[in-house]
Order: sequence, then structure tokens, then C-alpha cells
Amino acid sequence: MLKLNTVQKISSHPTSKLLSFSAISIGLIGLLILIFAGFGWISSNPVLLFFSLAMMSAGVILYSVFLYKYVPAGIKNNHNMSSSISSKGILAWLTAMVLTAFYILLYWYPEYLGLHANGNFGLIGFFDPLSRFLKNQDASQWFVYGVLYTLAILIYGIKFIWKYRHSKYQIIRTISVMFFQFAFAFLLPELMLRLNLPFNDFKNMWPLNYYFFDECHIKELLQAGNIGWLMLVWGILMVVLISPVLTYLYGKRWYCSWVCGCGGLAETAGDSFRHLSDKSLGAWKIERYLVYSILVIVVLMTVGVLYSYFTGQEKFLFIQTSALRSWYGFLIGAAFSGVIGVGFYPLMGSRVWCRFGCPMAAVLGIQQKFFSRFRITTNGGQCISCGNCSTYCEMGIDVRAYAQRGQDIVRASCVGCGICSAVCPRGCFKIGEWECGYF
Amino acid sequence: MKNIYIIGNGISGVTAARHLRKKSEHQITLISEESEYFFSRTALMYSYMGHMQWKDLMPYPIEFWKKNRIDLLKTRVLSIDFKNQNLMTREGQNLNYDILILATGSTPNLSNWPRQNLTGVGCLYHQWDLQKLEEYSKNIQQAVITGGGLIGIEMAEMLHSRQIQTTMLVREKEYWSNVLPLEEAQMISAHIRRHGIDLKLQTQLKEIKGSDKVTAVVTDQNDEISCQWLGLTIGVRPNIDVFKNTELEIDRGILVDAMLKTNIPNVFAIGDCAQQRQAKPGRKDIEAVWYTGRIMGKTVASVICGERTEYDPGIWFNSAKFFDIEYQVYGEISSSIQENVESIFWRHPTVEKSIRINFDRTTKKVLGFNLMGIRFRQEVCERWINQKNDIQQVLQNIRLAFFDPEFFEDCSNDFIQLANQKTGMNIHLNAGWELNNVLNFLKN
Repeated sequence: MLKLNTVQKISSHPTSKLLSFSAISIGLIGLLILIFAGFGWISSNPVLLFFSLAMMSAGVILYSVFLYKYVPAGIKNNHNMSSSISSKGILAWLTAMVLTAFYILLYWYPEYLGLHANGNFGLIGFFDPLSRFLKNQDASQWFVYGVLYTLAILIYGIKFIWKYRHSKYQIIRTISVMFFQFAFAFLLPELMLRLNLPFNDFKNMWPLNYYFFDECHIKELLQAGNIGWLMLVWGILMVVLISPVLTYLYGKRWYCSWVCGCGGLAETAGDSFRHLSDKSLGAWKIERYLVYSILVIVVLMTVGVLYSYFTGQEKFLFIQTSALRSWYGFLIGAAFSGVIGVGFYPLMGSRVWCRFGCPMAAVLGIQQKFFSRFRITTNGGQCISCGNCSTYCEMGIDVRAYAQRGQDIVRASCVGCGICSAVCPRGCFKIGEWECGYF
Repeated sequence: MKNIYIIGNGISGVTAARHLRKKSEHQITLISEESEYFFSRTALMYSYMGHMQWKDLMPYPIEFWKKNRIDLLKTRVLSIDFKNQNLMTREGQNLNYDILILATGSTPNLSNWPRQNLTGVGCLYHQWDLQKLEEYSKNIQQAVITGGGLIGIEMAEMLHSRQIQTTMLVREKEYWSNVLPLEEAQMISAHIRRHGIDLKLQTQLKEIKGSDKVTAVVTDQNDEISCQWLGLTIGVRPNIDVFKNTELEIDRGILVDAMLKTNIPNVFAIGDCAQQRQAKPGRKDIEAVWYTGRIMGKTVASVICGERTEYDPGIWFNSAKFFDIEYQVYGEISSSIQENVESIFWRHPTVEKSIRINFDRTTKKVLGFNLMGIRFRQEVCERWINQKNDIQQVLQNIRLAFFDPEFFEDCSNDFIQLANQKTGMNIHLNAGWELNNVLNFLKN
């Protein structure tokens, strides 16, 4: 009985509010140090950098501990539709503006972040000590971005695990995205740079990685000798063999919600925004036009770039290959995937890029729809049409429309995150595989 | 082409309209006083708790109704002239029908406590109940809920989400122990308390205190509990007051035969408001649940379109969620111990999860499944019960029924071990729960 009373007290007690408040303060101080460094008010200092990153991490982690630890495990969606950050309130707009501004500087004006050939300053300079420690080079804007991106997935991943600690599927899936981001997208490529090897993210794959077949990238790999060849062969194998087989076996989730970095950020830092995705039929229509158009463009572009590489001709059919390549990089690679994809998280949900833009998701989606064992089966009779599944589908699938008819769900865009199954109060969904008879 | 009016746009009325449109070209009009568009009544709580917005509660987009030529009319029907097949609306409009479907649903039970009309006393059934609670609960600290059923615990969860200190008065020995077997009821009682709700069992409301607003309640144990909100959630009854003293034959609900026809030609009744003249064996004559309403809606559409079909509720099933514990039931599970029924009950040693399977003591046929915190596949359970499968066969293949997400703990070994101990059988588990095995089982 004593234990029960303690639980009751902490969950509604001012102490819990005080603890959350101090956690937020710690995180904000860490962020302030970073902002001060960005404005050049603090000079590069490894100790301060460590404190800044550590305090931001501690802030988020402690906050989630205080938020979830003292309440029984279960779905925690209370007040999502009224709290400022998750319901397009002032905090959401502010966050979106700051993120968007950061992305614009990052892609097009890195000099304002402190990038300088004769010694960095500002934010990028602030990260020089860490960069030198890892790879004996000064930091670049991409190094700063990589560190912050990875840190976000790690600390918000911990928050996500706390939040869904009753679901082993969610825990294992989240550990997977955290691992692939930290080890494959961040640590391994940085260490390879230290060893003077080409930068390579072994889990990244064409066509998401649209520059894989660029002339300069292929040349870089070929110049690196055996290991470069290995990377080239691995990259091609991923596209033509590994990915189709895994998608056949498990659906596109093996990549989109278990491995991919874009998906990783969406599932962790973007979790508070998953319900903002547009569920209308109109949005579904736009999704299909847009994502498959981008797939066609990226294929054309890649064929063109390779054609130019092998023949030395600038023009493929009537297309100026290098111009197409640079426009794709600007519009799709930077503006869409970065600025809109992440910058607009608090306004349009966390999977805008994955749903409307990502050509990789388009390829995997076609496979999932037609050549995969993956499907979500439903306990159709038990559906009460409540709408939790549709609301919390980050890909904007109207899950309820299937569930209330007792239909299996096989949609190209489904990333298999499993949240529909988690939030359903009546246990209506099971993600699974069955032999579809193709092999 | 007939002119069909459906009074009530809940799950029964809407399902009837949808299936009528699928099967016919009749003119279909849905009338509701409550809301223009169909919403999920069972999801009202999620709107209050901030899980969803009001628009998310609507299962069909607004274009759906126009596209399917289902007319929506937001009004109250004041009286029905059954002889001339005429409806009179609040606005004084006269509507002539060829066929009338009554799907008027339920209304909350009230037991006429003095001062139950004070401000701050409310139910949870209609959209306006939610609005009232939303407005009134903004600045309150304490609430009392009387009634230990599904709506009571929903309201407790809602108030709790806004940090309102909540007391639940429950007449029974444990929460919902008039429906759940004792072990499960105890588990839920403990879970309610773990969430910080003050659950007072075997306690009833005796008196409501206050002058214009409720200030406190007194229980039959003579405890006075101060509160600014009192939730009355002691069940629902068919919403049929408007039919009293008309030609329509009513008892507790509108009496219908197996084809859902009332005593008046061209008038049908479905859903919560309908009472079966002859309930199926083992079933109640009024079953106010979402699923039976849906089945009745589908049946009435078939009957009207000339199919020779009867209402068949199938194997009983239901589900709910008590705070964090999901509950599913398939088949017959009784709250009391019955002589001819044997029960295998397994409870997880540390987590709030349990499986109960009931079977006939003499014939060994499986009768029902009761799950807490574990999901079972409905089709598989239904098939076992329908086919009157032997308990031994069911236990061997129990994994086919598992519907929990991947990587969730597989309790089948523990469960079978307990079943063997209890029944003296020597069962070994068959097959995994790969979807393929399940589909093969369902195909054969």
C-alpha cells in the first residue's frame, strides 16, 4: 500500500514538475553554450564542447525519465493535441523556424556557421576539437551536422524507449536505428577518413544516396584501391540483391524504420510530430505523383551521369546531365529532404520526406506492394473505428479504413513502425509476414 | 426506389446506410440530433485526453456521404405517425417514409438521486456530455465517479489525465466483477489503484451535496468525499422514451424478431435500442455493444433488400482497455463459477497479463477465452469455438491464436505447463505462430 501511495504522489506531485523543470534547464544551458559558440561569443574549447553536448543529452534523458518513469508503462499520448510543441502552437512554429534557418545556413551559407578555409570559427570552429580527435582534420559543416544528427537520434531514441517500454518491438527497433546511425552513419565513416579512406556509409544506398554513381564519387572509390572496389561492389549489391531480398522477407521496414538515418530521426526526435501527417485522400494522391516522379527523375539522372562518365558526352538524350544533377542536389537532396523534410517536422509531421520525396522509399514501396511477404493483418471484428491508428500513422495512411472492414493492410508507403498496433486499444493489428507465392 | 429514413447515426444506423447503398438504389437519409457526421462514440475519451482531435473521431471523410448519396439530416424527430408513415421533426417538417429504421441507441441510466441535476453532475455518452465535462473540469481538483463499468473507468482515465484526484465508487466486490471472473477483476482493481485512482469497492452513492454546484457526495459507508464533479456511469438503457404510448411494441427496448422487424410493417429497429423477442441461446435480449450494432446494421440492410436472412450475432466477443491493460473475450466467460465449466487460468508472475480458457467439464469442448494484456486472433478463437474443438487440441495449437506484436514474450510454455498441472494432461505445443500456419489453419 505504501508503494502505491508513492506512485500516486510522484505522478502528480510538484517534485516531479520541479525535476522536469531542472532537466529542461540543464538541456537549455547546453543548447545556450552551442548558440553562444555559434555567435562567436565563446571560443573553441573541448571542455565546453563536451559540457554542451553532455548537458543537452542529460537534459533530454532526465526529462524523459521524470516524464515516464513514475507512471505505469503504456501509451502516453495525453495532451498531444493541446500542447504547444505537438499541436502546431507557438513552440512548434519557433522550432520549425529555427530548424529551417539552420538547414538553409548548413546547405547554402556554411560560412555563417563559421566554415573557413584558414581556420574555422563560430559553431563549426567549436566542433574542431572533436573532429581533430576523431580524424585529425578540422570540422566541416557536415561534421557538425553529423554529430548533432546522431546525438538527436541517440538521446531521443532513449526517450522513445522510455515512452514505449512496454513494447519489445519498439525497444528493439529503436536500438537498431540508434546503432545504425551511430556506428554506420557516423563513427565508421569518420574513422575511415582518419585512415585516409573514402567516406562511406555502408548502410546508405542508391537512390537515396543519389551521388553514389557521380563521376567524382566513382573516381574516388576507384582510386582507393581494394577497399574502394569493395565499397563500390557493396553499394551495387545493396541495390540489386540485399535490399530486394530483405524487402521480400520483411517489407520495407527493414530499412525505413530499422536502419535508415532519415527514418531514424523521424522515429526518435520526430515522434512527437507523427500525428501531424495528412491523412486525406488528396494527400495520398500527391504522395503517389510526387514520389514516383522523383524516382523517375533520379533514375534518368543517374543513367545520364553514368552515360556521361563512360562516353564523355555532356548530353544524354536531350538532357544536360551535370545540370540535372546539380538541380536534383539543390531541389531534392537539400531543399526537400533537409529543409522541408526535417525543418517542417513540427508543422507537417516527421515523415514528409520519406512519404512524398524519398526515391528509395518509392523503390522499396513498389517491392513491398507487389513482391513481399509483409502485411499487417487485422482482428477486424474488434475494431471500434476510434481512429488512434490513423491519427498516429506517420505515413498518413488511413489505417482505420482497412481495420474497420477487417482488411489486411498492404500499402507501399507503410514503413512498419508498428505504432498502429501499439496505440490500438482493442488489439486489432499484427505486423507479420506470410509466403506470397513468388519464390 | 424506396424512401428510407434511419433515425440515429451511430454505428448501427451508419452500417445499415452503407450496406443499403451497396445493395440498392434506395433514397437513404440518416437523421441525428447529436451530430451531423458519424463519429466513434467509443473514442470520446481520446478527444478529451488529447490523443485525438474531434475530426479524427470521424471514421469517414466528409465527401464520403455525398459520394455515396447518403443524406444527412441534423434534427430531432418529435413524433412518428406510424399509420401514415410520417415523421415530424423539431422544425415542424413532415417526412414521409417507405421504410423506417430505428437506431436510436442508448441513454445513460439515472436512478433519480435528489440533486442529480446540480451543475457538475454528468454522464458520458453523448457529444454534449463531453463538451459539458470539458468546460466544467477546467478548474476542478476532485471528482467522484459512481459505477464500476466500462464508461466509469473511461471517465476515471479521462479525469486522471488532467491531474484531477478521482474516487470511484463501485458496488461490486471488485471492479466489473459482475462480468469479469474474480481473478481478472482483482487484477484490474489493483491496476486502477496503481494509477492513483481511489477505488472504493462495495460502496454506493447515498447522497449528493451542494446548492447549485455539487460540492460533495456521501457514500453508503457514510464517508463524505468532497468533489466538484460527479460522474454518473451506472450503465445505459435503450433510448426509447419517444415511443412510449405509441403503437410500437416496446418492453425495455423496441421488440424485434430475428429479421429485426418491429410489430409495425416497414419499421425496423437495430442496435442498442432493439430488444430481441427471442434471444439466441446464451445471449442477452439487449446487447448494447458496438459489434452487435454493426452486425444488426448489416443484417437489416440485407432484409430490406429482400434477402432471407436473420440476425446472427455469431460467437460472442468484446474488448476494452482498462488504463493500460487490454482486454479481449471470445465465447462464453462467466463471472461466477459454474459446475459444468472448467477453467484454466494463468497469470504472468510479474506483469499484468493473464490467459483464461474455459471448457466443458464432461465433453471437453472449448467454450471461451478471456485475455488480459495479451492479444488473441479473433478468427482462430471463433473457429475453435464454432467447431466445438477439444480443449487438448486447442491447447496444443494455442500459438496459432497469438496476436501480440513480434518479440513480445511468448508465454505459451508457462501456460501449457500450468494447464498440464491443472488438468493432468500431457500436452506438447504444436506449430509456431507464423502467419502462414495461421492462414493454413483458417483455410482448411
